[in-house]
Amino acid sequence: MIPAAFDYVAPTSVEDAVAALAQHGDEAKIIAGGQSLLPVLRMRLNAPEMVIDLGRIDTLRGVRDDGDAIVIGAMTPHSVVGSDPLVAQHAGLVAAAVEHLADAQVRHRGTFGGALAHADPAGDLGAPARALGAEFAIAGSGGTRTVSADDFFVDLFETAIGEDEILTEVRIPKHTGWGSHYEKFVRVAHQWPIVAVAASVRMEGGTIAEARVGLTNMGSTPLRARQVEDALAGQPATPDGVRAAAELAADGTEPPSDLNGDAGYRRHLARVLTRRAVLAAAGADGA
Amino acid sequence: MARITLKVDGSTVSDDVEPRMLLVQYLREKLGKTGTVIGCDTSNCGACTVHLDGTSVKSCNVLAVQADGREVTTIEGLADTVDDELHPVQEAFRECRGLQCGFCTPGMIMQSVDLLKDNPDPSEEEIRLGLEGNLCRCTGYHNIVKAVQQAAGQSGAAGRHRAGATTAGAPAEEVAE
Repeated sequence: MIPAAFDYVAPTSVEDAVAALAQHGDEAKIIAGGQSLLPVLRMRLNAPEMVIDLGRIDTLRGVRDDGDAIVIGAMTPHSVVGSDPLVAQHAGLVAAAVEHLADAQVRHRGTFGGALAHADPAGDLGAPARALGAEFAIAGSGGTRTVSADDFFVDLFETAIGEDEILTEVRIPKHTGWGSHYEKFVRVAHQWPIVAVAASVRMEGGTIAEARVGLTNMGSTPLRARQVEDALAGQPATPDGVRAAAELAADGTEPPSDLNGDAGYRRHLARVLTRRAVLAAAGADGA
Repeated sequence: MARITLKVDGSTVSDDVEPRMLLVQYLREKLGKTGTVIGCDTSNCGACTVHLDGTSVKSCNVLAVQADGREVTTIEGLADTVDDELHPVQEAFRECRGLQCGFCTPGMIMQSVDLLKDNPDPSEEEIRLGLEGNLCRCTGYHNIVKAVQQAAGQSGAAGRHRAGATTAGAPAEEVAE
């Protein structure tokens, strides 16, 4: 399968990319790593007249320390994020989610910002981004603005990025010393999760002092389960201590029904996987 | 059309290509490098895996224009043509019979080379996870895993393939480290 014909530019600066986007409007499509876009173009589910490749903009690549946060460039490949020492130290939940995202070849090519901007509710990065309170830097012709993770994901495959804007970097507040786990339920290897739960906990002795919990594929956007986070605070990291909080994981969600499972099955999975994810994040037995 | 110049299997090549041309198409149709195959055409199966600047990618999921200025290694560039010697991973796949129909083999070998570059002494689980983006519909993967173990120089791997070839569920001692 071959995509429909398109024109192609590969600007070398964000300014040039934004200008190209402004010029071509909704006839243009941004390509980051292309691991989601190219299959769509090949199946001709989309046929843009212009493809703007961000792959030659070096400033969009890399991870840096920024005081109380780390900043991940939008064009940083998953494989680089997954092996970055700053990510491992300060955003272990991101490292955990990236480790089993798709497969090795896709992780070499796919990018952190591309996956988030694609906003597939079954994608692995939205839940950790929401759980850790990430902030999204979005560049347009009027400059750069910042959007919180709570406001970034709007709907199915829809984000706060405007038609003439580009996601440039993602700022993740440091969660240094927190335990993290991404619990993913799949039928076969390298598939999108049927449901997944992202959990980070700050422990004080055997007690969960604070928790952050995000849900993958439990609605049209990645979700943050604040009711679970609140209920976990002060609980012992034991199966009994975590169970009641995990039972709240599906509250208020509207998960999809498809061939992999109906909504009720997904709600059940969310509760079970939340218990497992939190216990594993806390390093406790019984996960 | 866009002009691209890149290095493929050690040789510099330059061509005018349509922006929509996939890297795998370019390799096969323009350069005649049909050793890299198209398996699923949906970027699931990994049969088209090549190395782009030293890391494995699915060449059906990269545009030829994106490889401009970069270096590509295909299955055809792996062997030592001067001394007429197969790459150790190719040799191990042959020794261990890590194939039946052979269609997934170019991708399996390219991904195995990448895997061993990052992790020269992988466990069986690490091999299976490292190859999760490569599908084989014949072997059940057992001899492929053994080939990677043999290429990694893990002791005992060489002698196991005869039993493994006829044993669907490999006994515990065969898969133990």
